[in-house]
Amino acid sequence: MQNANKRFVERDRDWHPPAYAPGYKTSVARSPSQALVSLQAPSASELTGPDFRQLRMGRHDNDLLMNFREDPALAGSAGLPVGERIIMFGRVVDQFGKPVPHTLVEMWQANAGGRYRHKKDGYLAPLDPNFGGVGRCLTDEQGWYRFRTIKPGPYPWGNGINTWRPAHIHVSVMGPSISTRLVTQMYFEGDPLIPICPIVQTLKDPEAVETMIGRLDMARSRPMDCLAYRFDLVVRGELQTYFENQ
Amino acid sequence: MRQPNSTPTAELMLRETASQTAGPYVHIGLALDVAGLPERDEEIWNRMAWPEAEGEHIEVVGTVIDGNGDPVRDALLEAWQADARGEYRPEFDLEQPFNGFGRTATTAEGASEWRLETIKPGAVTRGDGRVMAPHINLAIFARGVNIHLQTRLYFEDETEANAACPVLNAVESPARRQTLIARREEADGKVRYRLDIRLQGDNETVFFDF
Ligand SMILES: [Fe+2]
Repeated sequence: MQNANKRFVERDRDWHPPAYAPGYKTSVARSPSQALVSLQAPSASELTGPDFRQLRMGRHDNDLLMNFREDPALAGSAGLPVGERIIMFGRVVDQFGKPVPHTLVEMWQANAGGRYRHKKDGYLAPLDPNFGGVGRCLTDEQGWYRFRTIKPGPYPWGNGINTWRPAHIHVSVMGPSISTRLVTQMYFEGDPLIPICPIVQTLKDPEAVETMIGRLDMARSRPMDCLAYRFDLVVRGELQTYFENQ
Repeated sequence: MRQPNSTPTAELMLRETASQTAGPYVHIGLALDVAGLPERDEEIWNRMAWPEAEGEHIEVVGTVIDGNGDPVRDALLEAWQADARGEYRPEFDLEQPFNGFGRTATTAEGASEWRLETIKPGAVTRGDGRVMAPHINLAIFARGVNIHLQTRLYFEDETEANAACPVLNAVESPARRQTLIARREEADGKVRYRLDIRLQGDNETVFFDF
């Protein structure tokens, strides 16, 4: 029906990291060796996806300064996480610049010391009793999303003898269908660890790396409170809905 | 100026934000309980159907295996499927008996299986009028997976529909089509389908681009 003519702009797989990127060692045994099979005729299986407007969110789901504390009795500044307070915000648009409203944006991150609140993370930096590290929200009518959090710390990992992840926030966006589904990471503008990170280096095109950089935005920062970083997300464009008649 | 279906030239189009691995701690963001975090009031998880849901109630399980034959213990999977009548229902609402979207993860211990509780989807008619056999779309995210892998789960007992499915037939090698077919098991009065996803090597699962 209405899906008959709908299509998404083809995903440029040379722009994205390849499955096999030997500098990132874990990818070696987890990358398919056969070619992907292209689905030529689109169907509702790929052109549709979940709409999360009815998912009931908690009041602080997008506020990582407030949404976790080990001791609920802690209140006020005694209950706040350690670290640089920041706003992370941006707009979800498609490749034609069209805002993507009411779509689910999820994020997770390490604390200010670079430690994740996860059973499997044994890094010696301590957990923060007031920081969980997870957030979610829906974009508004114009595609904007917003989180309040702390800037995560860089952390070492076992890829090489001395490899460190740049400070980053993992970001997940659904978009209008499962064809637009995307998981990425936001890095912080100017971080010297970015160009030497083996995971960043899975990308061949330096311009593609630029799409993952959150930029300091003083206009959105709050005096005496927090800095702001803007991170826009671009998901695949919908071809059928493009008409130059407005 | 009306130009139906015109496409702006590639230079005018924005580039998609690049993908990065979901990493080993994906659970903090998308599977809180697996990470050891308290769950929020509503989470997107692996119970897609409740008893009132129309259709055959099934359990879908499997593992994810790497190129060395070892289980991938930190994978997150997303499922997207039609309802029993073959219709996709985008509205996700935990108060309705069936949701077409779910998430699951392989476990760090034991057999490292992922699991979904759902209903068997109906056949879906494609835009060109051809009928696709019942299937569940799966996306796999994990450490070492730089961009999520997309596959489909088909059902062993849909022999005729599978044989006629234009998507299964788009896989050139008949042997490789078998990597998408879940095997039927019955246990404790429950119908269960099993599909092991092999990321690389012998019997490597077919992954799709769309
Ligand atoms: Fe990370």
